[in-house]
Amino acid sequence: MNQTIWLTLILFFPTLAAAVVALLPRENNQLARRVAFVASLIPLALTLFLWFGFEAAPANAEGYKFVERYEWYAAINSSYHVGLDGLSMTMVLLTTLLTPLAILASFSIEKNVRAFMALFLFLETGMLGVFMSLDLLVFFVFWEIGLVPMYFLINQWGSEGGERELWGGLKVSARTYASFKFMIVTMAGSLGLLLAIQLLGVVNGTFDLPSIVTQWNALADSDTILGGWASVGTVKVWAFWAFVLAFAIKVPVWPFHTWLPDAHTEAPTAGSMILAGVLLKLGAYGFLRFVLPLYPEQSAQYAGVLAGLATMAIVMGALAAYGQQDFKRLVAYSSVNHMGFVVLGIAAAARAAGTLDANIAMNGAVLQMFNHGLSAAGMFFLVGVIYERLHTRDLNAFGGFFPRVPVYGGILIFTSMASLGLPGLNGFVSEFLVVRGAWAVFPGWTAISMLGLLFTGAYILKGIAKTLHGPVNEESAHHLSEMNARELWVMAPLMVLMLWLGVLPGWLLNVINNAMQALFG
Amino acid sequence: MAPNYLAILPEISLAVLAFILLVIDLRLPQGRKTVLAGITAAGLAAVMVLTVLFARPGAAPESVWGGMLRHDTAAFVFRLIFLFGAAVTALFTIGWKQIEKRGEFYVLMVLSTLGMTLMGAAGDLIMLFLAIETASIPLYVMAGFMTGDDKSTESGFKYLLFGALTSSVMVYGFSLLYGFGGTTDIYKLAAAVGSGELPVLGLLGALVLTLAGFGFKIAAVPFHFWAPDVYEGAPTPVTAFLSTASKAAGFAVVARFMLATFPAEVLPQGLSVIALISVLSMTLGNAAALSQKNIKRMLAYSSIAHAGYVLMGVAAASLLGVTSVVYYLAVYLVTNLAAFGVVIIFFNTAGSDEIKDYAGLSRRSPALALALMLAFLSLAGVPPLGGFFAKILVFAAAVEAGLIWLAIAGVLNAILGLYYYLMVLKVIYLDRSEKDDQPVPVARPHAIALVVCLLLVVFLGTIFGPMYDWSVLAASGLF
Amino acid sequence: MAFLQFLNDWPVLSLITFLPAVGGMALLLIPGDRKDTIYKVALGLGAAVFLLSLLVYLGFEVEGARYQFIEKYNWLPQLGISYHVAVDGISAPLVLLTGIVMFTGVIISQRIDERPREFFAFLFLLATGVFGVFVALDMFALFFFYEIAVFPMYLLIAIWGWKQTREYAAMKLTMYLFIGSVVSLVGALAMYFSSGLKTFDMLALEGANFPPEFQILWFPFIFIGFAVLGGIFPFHNWSPDGHVAAPTAVSMFHAGVLMKLGAFAALRVGIMLLPEGAKFHLPWIILLTLVNVVYGAYIAMVQTDFKYVIGFSSVSHMGLVVMGFASLTPEGYIGAGVQMVSHGIMTALFFAVVGMIYDQTHTRELSKLGGMVQKMPFVTFAFIIGGLVSMGMPGLSGFVAEFPIFMGVWLSDKPWIAIVGAISIVITAAYIIRLIRRVFFGEFPAEFEGHVHDVKPSEKFALGLLTLVLILIGVLPGVIVPMVEAGVDHVFALLGGM
Repeated sequence: MNQTIWLTLILFFPTLAAAVVALLPRENNQLARRVAFVASLIPLALTLFLWFGFEAAPANAEGYKFVERYEWYAAINSSYHVGLDGLSMTMVLLTTLLTPLAILASFSIEKNVRAFMALFLFLETGMLGVFMSLDLLVFFVFWEIGLVPMYFLINQWGSEGGERELWGGLKVSARTYASFKFMIVTMAGSLGLLLAIQLLGVVNGTFDLPSIVTQWNALADSDTILGGWASVGTVKVWAFWAFVLAFAIKVPVWPFHTWLPDAHTEAPTAGSMILAGVLLKLGAYGFLRFVLPLYPEQSAQYAGVLAGLATMAIVMGALAAYGQQDFKRLVAYSSVNHMGFVVLGIAAAARAAGTLDANIAMNGAVLQMFNHGLSAAGMFFLVGVIYERLHTRDLNAFGGFFPRVPVYGGILIFTSMASLGLPGLNGFVSEFLVVRGAWAVFPGWTAISMLGLLFTGAYILKGIAKTLHGPVNEESAHHLSEMNARELWVMAPLMVLMLWLGVLPGWLLNVINNAMQALFG
Repeated sequence: MAPNYLAILPEISLAVLAFILLVIDLRLPQGRKTVLAGITAAGLAAVMVLTVLFARPGAAPESVWGGMLRHDTAAFVFRLIFLFGAAVTALFTIGWKQIEKRGEFYVLMVLSTLGMTLMGAAGDLIMLFLAIETASIPLYVMAGFMTGDDKSTESGFKYLLFGALTSSVMVYGFSLLYGFGGTTDIYKLAAAVGSGELPVLGLLGALVLTLAGFGFKIAAVPFHFWAPDVYEGAPTPVTAFLSTASKAAGFAVVARFMLATFPAEVLPQGLSVIALISVLSMTLGNAAALSQKNIKRMLAYSSIAHAGYVLMGVAAASLLGVTSVVYYLAVYLVTNLAAFGVVIIFFNTAGSDEIKDYAGLSRRSPALALALMLAFLSLAGVPPLGGFFAKILVFAAAVEAGLIWLAIAGVLNAILGLYYYLMVLKVIYLDRSEKDDQPVPVARPHAIALVVCLLLVVFLGTIFGPMYDWSVLAASGLF
Repeated sequence: MAFLQFLNDWPVLSLITFLPAVGGMALLLIPGDRKDTIYKVALGLGAAVFLLSLLVYLGFEVEGARYQFIEKYNWLPQLGISYHVAVDGISAPLVLLTGIVMFTGVIISQRIDERPREFFAFLFLLATGVFGVFVALDMFALFFFYEIAVFPMYLLIAIWGWKQTREYAAMKLTMYLFIGSVVSLVGALAMYFSSGLKTFDMLALEGANFPPEFQILWFPFIFIGFAVLGGIFPFHNWSPDGHVAAPTAVSMFHAGVLMKLGAFAALRVGIMLLPEGAKFHLPWIILLTLVNVVYGAYIAMVQTDFKYVIGFSSVSHMGLVVMGFASLTPEGYIGAGVQMVSHGIMTALFFAVVGMIYDQTHTRELSKLGGMVQKMPFVTFAFIIGGLVSMGMPGLSGFVAEFPIFMGVWLSDKPWIAIVGAISIVITAAYIIRLIRRVFFGEFPAEFEGHVHDVKPSEKFALGLLTLVLILIGVLPGVIVPMVEAGVDHVFALLGGM
């Protein structure tokens, strides 16, 4: 099959839509919301179309489908090269699925609706681009571009209250603090990535990922490059850590997670949904797409460190979540906890590349990415629902809501259980696979992380208990109203998928497994 | 050989012009004497025309009048330069109350010019001395012309004292040279100087003594002390004349004398002396100009500095070097005349030469401010004005001669120069005064003179060809 | 482009060079009190210049000859001086840059109230100098125009600048630039005589093959002399002061175009004519540029005056240009070529915004500003785009420019400089975010209520034009890079294929 335009269409349609939304009349907020929502459905439809044709679509020599390649920055041999394999297909699906839901969730936003929606759609392009690109430079372009809309979403539409003190005693609002921290920490992480990408480009003479994978791995460690300045072995180690650091910050792996609770907590609901649902996956995706293929030896060598950090993330994330009095912060730390499993799976797969265990762990990790995307988005949305009504996220101000809002309560419990890993729901499948795969590779770390799972149960139950059960907090309950139809529509697809993947994960695992086989076979 | 009268046609006509002026001055009623300046200017222009038409030398230089004078292209071009300077100066005297009604002033000026043209052509030490004195003595009188004014009187007196002193030192130098060489013909002296039998120290001594006289004319360090006081005190048109035509005449002598009597292959140390004087002049001139509060004093120091630049060309002692000297002098003449023109016009209205009183000139007379700006920028060496190309030429000559250090000293000095010129422009364009709404009228002759000078400044800065050819012509006459 | 073939029969470069000066002189003939007419005529002139520059850019054939639109006339053949102009792949984009900055600068100068006639006349004279330098192929002509470009700055800053510092800044700037240019001049004269070709024509001098010792001796004079105008450390000090004191349009022109003049001339006269000297000296000069890049960004971060932040950011970004040159790799040169345009447009945008805000609030103290987005949303948008370019955000022109520069540095003999230099990216991000937050978001100060309004449509158009270029280059590097690459190929032919 020759070049298609599907990916480009999916990729840039949101940008186009963003431009349209930005130019809509200022007064009509409802129009902006609707246009944005409808526009976000189109990439979803196109993605589904690709998804169903995915098996049948022909792959190129490197195993990518729907490949497109055009000259872009010829002077440094970088081309606009996009394509999908099972891994990226899954992630693209997650992205195009969550975006309309997040937009639907933000219909309640009243401030600067056009700008909000435009930024949101633009963000979608950034995320999709990361998953689609097969050129390091193009990848980096999208990787960074995503930061900008996210920064403004947090900075402008984030939570109203709160104050943080900076060094020097300067007081700034919490959302300013959080957005600044988000931006600077991730940019600092990207800096190493940028330099490492330049290094790869300089050494290989191209930025094309498939070509680099072949050439780069063919270099012997003892060769010297950069005019004799360094040996390949050294450069590889440095570049490896540069990549790892950038992705570890994004995932985030303990101890690089400190930006996350702030950013998630202060972001608007839809921002948190996308942040937890998709943006965190960019980091994990980076490990799978770039770190493992480009640095197999280093990955295997340092996988133990990574597994240790992942375990710390699981345990510390859970403990920290348990200690929170702020519902949203609790959910935010739960992301640290859950993403820890993804990294654990990746670490195991890196150490034992080629084995069955590795394959299982890898499948589990990718599935966990998808699942966490669903449940985290759902949880943040549900927190947002209460926050909109009560304007507080303090768990101590909640209590006894179940009778007042039974539907909400039911949905919250369902989603929490999915997040917790209750068998029959999606979280169980993926976490099981990760643990199963990692057990043989890192028994010690896995055992500790199982303990972490225990704390997961604890904080989820704490959240449910404090919110739904116990003595009724009259003052709050007074303002509480049941979820409306729009909100139900946001949750419905998520819940259906959670259940479906919990019972019949095969359809998704197949796609993932094929990709993993092809990548690390 | 028959006496070559055409070779001294300019001098003859100048003498005639002086006589005519004397006569007219006697016949004119007191009220109509203001036409004298115009007549002088017209007369000088006529002399220029005559010179171009009839006094053109041949390609090969020749000695005329028994070796007293040289009839060559150098003398020819320099004559035109002096005549032009004198003509413009005459125009600027219009409206200067103590001068415009006194015919003797114009007679003196024409006679001084006569001396200068002789300086440009002199080929013999005796003739040279006579020429220098012919040019200088009227200038002493002119500098002290405003007898009611203490400063002017002081100026004339000071000028006279300095002039007398340096002249006598110079004559002493001449006598030494005669003693060494047994001849007063500067072209024949070279043979004696180059014979190798004379002590270098003695030659250098003679050179330095001689240069005292020349240095006085061109106001080069360390013979410059008279310049600031004389420039400040003398009537401004005289100052203009002193700093342009008179200076150019000095350079005509220096260039000819250095090349003819002390060529590089004979006495290389001689050129080093010149280079040293050059760098001292630029540096001290510019440094002193920085702190001046009176525009005439500032221009005096700046003119010392410019003497330094021109000496770079002399120190190079090459065809390009002398070409650059001629080009530089031509540019400097028109530029400085324009600058002094503005000073004169401003003084006529405001009665002050203090820089601070120029505040708000750009509002009082935008055209005048523009004229001063162009003149100063040209002095500073900014394109597209003549000063830029002239400076490039002298620097190029220095670089070509391997005097890189001198070129670098020159360019750094150019920066210093730019600084104080800009400071004046700042006052003109930025500062305000209470008199902002009082216009400064410009009389028609002044306007014409200014416009001619400024057009030439721009012309010399954009279309170099014609003047460059003339400069080469002049330079080649000295080799 | 094919349909622009006719340009080859036009003296288009002379037209673009002299039109501004002639037009500026013509402006002086309009009576000074008809300010509206003056503005309109200036606007028309600016538009004409812009269109001409666009024609030059579009008419340049990437596949064609090295130098295009050549015009050559004798100027002073006795000394080998000719009026010889042409553009190559590096200068054609710079001509367009000048056109754009000129046009937008004139648009936003509508608020100039004091002697607008003279203001525009000097501004256009400046443009003539700048165009002249970019197109000159004769060393003499290059100096001629170079100094023409430097001087009007003095008056523009001293007369129309910010009252507190204008005299000091204008003088400082002029002094620095003149020192730089005259020092280069001595070097140029040395080249002229040493070549033995008796010509200032740079095409001839390119083949002069100066002896290596000569090149090594003179290269620093020429390169550093010009690089002063490019703001190279430690001679950068004039630039932030100058930027701050200058009126808006002049700041735009100054930072946007004039600083490129220094870098460009350092390339054309220094590197291209003395390649051996370049190879000898640039490896240590790159250390200076590193200081520029990192220290400049750091100083920008600690400023409290809006305009000073931008001023120092220019020092940092121009350091990248010279760093690209100093890397001595084709990537570095391509990056530097694009960075000149990108930074030019970006910084023009910045200064335009600073001017728009200052005109209404009369303060540039960051602590006193805030919430401008409420009054000027479009300005905010444009500034954010500029800020992102400054941060090297991918998808915008800054990235397209800086990425190859860093690649070039990796390939140079000091790859570690890339790592140290990259710190500046984070610092830049920090101060840009701080600026955006302090000025455009947060509380809108109550004292400005009522006298801060949205900008005029014409000003929005100007900002929009600048923003568009930044995005266009970022998204489609192909609109500029191949052209720059063609120019760089030529440079490397002279450098002898490093």
